[in-house]
Amino acid sequence: MATLEIKDLHASVTTDEGTKEILKGVNLTVRSGEVHAIMGPNGSGKSTLSYAIAGHPKYEVTSGEVLLDGENVLEMSVDERARAGLFLAMQYPVEVPGVSMSNFLRSAATAVRGEAPKLREWVKEVREEMAKLDIPSEFAERSVNEGFSGGEKKRHEILQLALLKPKIAVLDETDSGLDVDALRVVSRAVNEFTAGNDAGVMLITHYTRILKHIKPDVVHVFADGRIAESGGTELADELEEHGYVKYVGKAEAAAL
Amino acid sequence: MTVAENTTENNVRSALREGAVVPPSSRGERFTGYDVEAFEVPTGREEIWRFTPMKRLRGLHQGGDAVVPTGKVTLSVDAPPEVTVETVGREDERLGQAGAPGDRVAAQAYSSFTEATIVSVGAETTLSRPAVITVTGPGKDLLAYGHLQIRLAPYAQASLVLDHRGSGTYADNVEFITGEGARLTVVSVQDWDDDAVHVSEHHLQLGKDSTVKHTVVTLGGDLVRLSPTARFAAPGGDVELLGLYFADAGQHQEHRLFVDHAQPHCKSHVTYKGALQGEGAHSVWIGDVLIRSAAEGTDTYELNRNLLLTDSARADSVPNLEIETGEIEGAGHASATGRFDDEQLFYLQSRGIDEATARRLVVRGFFFEILNRIDVPELRQRLEAEIDEELQAIGH
Repeated sequence: MATLEIKDLHASVTTDEGTKEILKGVNLTVRSGEVHAIMGPNGSGKSTLSYAIAGHPKYEVTSGEVLLDGENVLEMSVDERARAGLFLAMQYPVEVPGVSMSNFLRSAATAVRGEAPKLREWVKEVREEMAKLDIPSEFAERSVNEGFSGGEKKRHEILQLALLKPKIAVLDETDSGLDVDALRVVSRAVNEFTAGNDAGVMLITHYTRILKHIKPDVVHVFADGRIAESGGTELADELEEHGYVKYVGKAEAAAL
Repeated sequence: MTVAENTTENNVRSALREGAVVPPSSRGERFTGYDVEAFEVPTGREEIWRFTPMKRLRGLHQGGDAVVPTGKVTLSVDAPPEVTVETVGREDERLGQAGAPGDRVAAQAYSSFTEATIVSVGAETTLSRPAVITVTGPGKDLLAYGHLQIRLAPYAQASLVLDHRGSGTYADNVEFITGEGARLTVVSVQDWDDDAVHVSEHHLQLGKDSTVKHTVVTLGGDLVRLSPTARFAAPGGDVELLGLYFADAGQHQEHRLFVDHAQPHCKSHVTYKGALQGEGAHSVWIGDVLIRSAAEGTDTYELNRNLLLTDSARADSVPNLEIETGEIEGAGHASATGRFDDEQLFYLQSRGIDEATARRLVVRGFFFEILNRIDVPELRQRLEAEIDEELQAIGH
């Protein structure tokens, strides 16, 4: 049983134009076994929330708390957060030339599990998870994300989710760039992960389409750096119909 | 994905050049000669010396008392029986066949050596294992000169390691001469102690349809200036020039390449990659390629990439491409210098990998395309371990 508590979180980003506050007091609690959909229009700060939780150096948390089972996440380094049980499936996974996917996955699993997985079992485990995601086996020897299509990158993010088995997973627009078939495959893997592990999920998305495959327990509307409204799946239905106009003052669809 | 390909003004004077730099005169017209006295004493302002810290050359370029040899290198050859190793005097008429020295220090070395080593492989002979030539420096505060020639007869095949270790000051010329259809793979490792100064010119001369893969790995030394020059004696040659360097605080590592395409249907492919870290770490890469009017059907590409691991390091990178005929297969170059990519670091760390391991993965990945092409497994493993050690020296 794990709990991620986000309390009055404020974060800003510094660019050439100066410092800009993006998160303006986020409050959210995610427990294992729960799927929270975080839905918001473009530029509302959804991705910033995910990066702030993961500890991206570009985003500075100016106040508030993030606690994982009572431990202060904000004091941890990026890798410590991952080892503590947090995982971020990124919207734009990074290419690391010259580092093979298999080497990367094994290094990550060794770090998160605290010991190197036994080679034979590991190979089998990776092969099975790759098969579930329809990832051809030759990807294991390719450089991390290098030359991957958008969909291939997203599948590999979920592959890492399946192998690293975090307590709390943040999936940042995992659905974007996926065609119907890929969305189905990826959603199935996420559902399998939540069914087989005592984990909580924050599903960040702009569109409602992934919610047809992954059923959220709670739906939050994220607007202007904070959660504007929370509810059940009926809230997603409402967004599907009316878009984000109510929250941003202009029409922005939540359905394709 | 933000900065790896960007240049940083503070650190990179000329890292990313969009067009070929036009030298004041053709690269082909630059003076060469065997006699040191035929060269003027450089001031450091000349094009070929302007990146080199002249004060650290210990007078090698100046003549006089400073260039009198005070020591000797130890050269040992560990080679399979198919290899012939000879020690010859200056009068041996095979010496100098691959080309004349292109700067005063190389000419000083050519004018000063007393004996040379010729390592040869007979026609249609394939070495049963790589030959390893270890050159140990003369020792601290001592100066030595050397001359080495590698000869492959027609259709010979050989893999060779040239391993430089120890300390002192060393200037030398190394000739690589391949006969028709011969295939040579050579890795020259500059693994000197911290005090060493090494100025070296490698002269490659490729016979008809011969293939040479020449790899330079520079890790040690106070100052290393290595100038590989490749020439084709006949059509159909294929040369690959690979390089890996890792400059630490205070180290100057300079690689000056010249590929002279004067024969038709030859190929050259250059890939040099360097990492730099620490105060005063400085690398220089010059990639001159000349396609003369006779060299129709030439195919050439050169690439230099530098990875700045700390802010205080500096990489200079200057590709020069001169083309005198339009009848070529292809010609191109690329050069990029960037800081360590924080996004890569974040990505790896977000999967639980600690920062030191993540950095090691990224740097190893950066060098992978060079290391992966070193086909002597023991050497590749040793170099990987040494690169890991270099990384541990970063102040984190």
